[in-house]
Amino acid sequence: MSAQSERRRKARKLRELLDAEGDAVYENVTHLNQGRYDAIERFDEFETLRTEARSIKEDAVENLPSLIETLRESVEENGGSVYVADDADDATRYIREVAEAKDARTLVKSKSMTTEEIELNESLEAAGVDVWETDLGEFVLQVADESPSHIVGPSLHKSREEVAALFNDVFDPEVPFETAEELTEFARDYLGDRIREADIGMTGANFVLADSGTITIVTNEGNARKSAVTPDTHIAVTGVEKILPSAADLDPFVNLISRAATGQDISQYVSMLTPPVETPTIDFENPDEPLGSGDAEREFHLVLIDNGRLAMRDDDQLRETLYCIRCGACANSCGNFQHVGGHAFGGETYTGGIATGWEAGVEGLDSAAEFNDLCTGCSRCVNACPVKIDIPWINTVVRDRLNGEATPSDLEFLVEGLTPDAEGTVTPQKRLFGNFGTLARLGSATAPLSNWVADLGPVRTLMDRYLGVAPDRELPTFQRETLVDWFDSRRPRAPNATATRKVVLYPDAYTNYVLVDRGKAAVRTLEALGAHVELATPIESGRAPLSQGMVDTATRQAEAVASDLAPYLDSSFDVVVVEPSDLAMMRREYGKLLDDETHARLSEHSYDVMEYVFGLLSNGADPAALAAPDEPVAYHSHCQQRTLGVETYTEAVLDDLGFDVVTSDVECCGMAGSFGYKSEYYELSMDVGAELADQFADASDRVVVASGTSCTEQLTDLLARDVTHPVELVAPDEAP
Amino acid sequence: MSDTDTQLFASSLAAIDVPLTRTDTAGFASTIDSLVTGPAVGVPLHLDGVSLDDTVVQTPPTPRLLREAETGVTGVGHAIAEHGTLVIDSDDAGTEPVSLYPPTHLAVVRESDILPDVASATDSVGERFAAGKSSIFATGVSSTGDMGALVKGVHGPKHVEVVLLTDQ
Ligand code: SF4
Repeated sequence: MSAQSERRRKARKLRELLDAEGDAVYENVTHLNQGRYDAIERFDEFETLRTEARSIKEDAVENLPSLIETLRESVEENGGSVYVADDADDATRYIREVAEAKDARTLVKSKSMTTEEIELNESLEAAGVDVWETDLGEFVLQVADESPSHIVGPSLHKSREEVAALFNDVFDPEVPFETAEELTEFARDYLGDRIREADIGMTGANFVLADSGTITIVTNEGNARKSAVTPDTHIAVTGVEKILPSAADLDPFVNLISRAATGQDISQYVSMLTPPVETPTIDFENPDEPLGSGDAEREFHLVLIDNGRLAMRDDDQLRETLYCIRCGACANSCGNFQHVGGHAFGGETYTGGIATGWEAGVEGLDSAAEFNDLCTGCSRCVNACPVKIDIPWINTVVRDRLNGEATPSDLEFLVEGLTPDAEGTVTPQKRLFGNFGTLARLGSATAPLSNWVADLGPVRTLMDRYLGVAPDRELPTFQRETLVDWFDSRRPRAPNATATRKVVLYPDAYTNYVLVDRGKAAVRTLEALGAHVELATPIESGRAPLSQGMVDTATRQAEAVASDLAPYLDSSFDVVVVEPSDLAMMRREYGKLLDDETHARLSEHSYDVMEYVFGLLSNGADPAALAAPDEPVAYHSHCQQRTLGVETYTEAVLDDLGFDVVTSDVECCGMAGSFGYKSEYYELSMDVGAELADQFADASDRVVVASGTSCTEQLTDLLARDVTHPVELVAPDEAP
Repeated sequence: MSDTDTQLFASSLAAIDVPLTRTDTAGFASTIDSLVTGPAVGVPLHLDGVSLDDTVVQTPPTPRLLREAETGVTGVGHAIAEHGTLVIDSDDAGTEPVSLYPPTHLAVVRESDILPDVASATDSVGERFAAGKSSIFATGVSSTGDMGALVKGVHGPKHVEVVLLTDQ
């Protein structure tokens, strides 16, 4: 398939899912996301417990081999058995053998993604065992013969009306089902019968305690409790990474998991079963004998699945995926996921941001390839994850590995000269967007010609076909006079003797070549508040290649930026950054690309421009030196800026200066760097953006400002209005 | 247990719509009889001076009673004040299925068994696990959102009520 038809296939699939499932997914996922925000807002210990949970998981995965042995001893001492399955086939074979030995005809299950991963239901059905999913969401999918669209709410892509239509069709009730109550009651009774007659009960596990053999299952419906204790034989299937040392480690997880997943302070049932359980056997065929009569005995099998996990443990980049407690918060907080759901943003089994890590680890890179691009690196999931997994980084690493696997394209020549490094198999599309800085330099040097050429219809058609640049997207207009040109021309660089602070402003590629006005405004503002300003060399931060998974190129650029800024830091300059995605590089991602000391120094001394303005004003600078408010403002902060928690400074400065400000409240504008430029993602990007446009629909009398370049471009396209940076609101005019 | 824990437990229960009835050893049997509607099944309580033998609640549990009883009456190991959680300790009398199968679970809680938070409860269940035993933190009623709206009462009870023994 040519690259263009592959992009068209992806675009079509996304469009179909947006139409078919988008509304239900959006309603349910944003509801869960808001629930999480509210639950964490009222929970002071969130950060402390995240740190604790993270460190427990780090240690547990580090000590996994010995924990597995401890667990085996505990379970065997309790009278159960443990089987560590190397892969899916090994696991399903063992479980089939247990079923055969018990002469089992039916098996009831509580929800378990791990059994989806090993395709257990298919395997058991083939062996003649009837399998029933007792979690209502899973049951809906079983009836519909569909795959889960979300780790926690597997059927949340279906509305009540759709479930009712499905059940009316399949079960043909005398009075058609309509309400959620009727559907629930029917499913409960139907599955109640299945549970009572089942030969085997199967559960997953959220946590397994090594020193006692206790499995912990977190649910709301009560089906796991019933499935575990009603049949005499209980099989628990779970990944090896779920093992914790002991009950002493449970507290942070019990406190975090439901808050992160659904916004509940605690789930209805946290079942901590040490099987075979003491609960007497229940024989519904002898209804009047007390429980435990007869000679039936309880039997327990714990099947621990490796299936790539121990190799992930040895993989320095993928390892932290194993800390995942599968709460789904990374999916819920993701703008793209909120709109398309897990049938697009997911692989064979897993869905959402962390699915890339799981799929790459347990299924292989190919399974991650299909959806990995849907992570735009906006980082909104980073603060949501209860075990502090750097989910965008996992996506970047997998993208980098996928780049390395791709076969070189015969269209390489189109982007010749754009990749000054070894990443030779990156697609032309990724190379184009990964080398934005070079492109911008060329575009600026040849402006306005470059802008006219780029806007020509035939050129856009070719760009779509060969490079995957969406034809409907406005392209950036390169400025002939760069920020550096302007700065050099404006006056001799004499140190400002009275300056209270020394600032080196980082001219990112957009500020230097495209949105030059915001750079000028930043310089004027900082100077007006008494700072001495110099410009750093315009070297790309590495954000653009990083977003395309070009980690080597990003690292080289990060090193160049760091060595350019080092002398300034030596002379006590502060680094001020206009573009939030570049500030996020310095504060967050450089931690992966540079040595710890270089990163720590840069991170500590780099500031968002409005954060810095806030600091200067708080330290006595005179606000009268800035422009007075003349218009009300609608402000959209940038996703990565919010992850860093610095958007509040923009709002505070505007407030303090007397601006009338309304702010947006969406996870992401949908543009996310190059994402919205790509032909295959343009429609999804606009769909995500529509939410933002709605929020500003009433703001036609307000000047629209945005901190990020992407958001500026997206808002400009969505609202067909000029959008500027907040610093342009407060900047004084240039002194004559 | 402290007075603050008891107050917090009461307000947490109120927040999740779980009715609380206070009684003491002397008033226990009549309180249970007044709360139970329809056929009820229970497990022996192992509490000083109170017993289900003096009530309408039937023991020991049978599969038929699990299916047909309207109410299941059990004791609990502990309760967690901050969430209104009942720590249901599984045992060989059948506390787990009796608290799970009937549409209403009536839980008998001694005031002295109220713990402040999850951390103190995981400490206490840790000892049980070491002895091969199981416990469940049950908070409120069974529920699901999987059918397109929040519905109470799925595989577990639709109603939960607490009887608090204030003199134990
Ligand atoms: S990566 Fe973190 S946020 Fe995502 S499902 Fe796993 S634990 Fe939850």
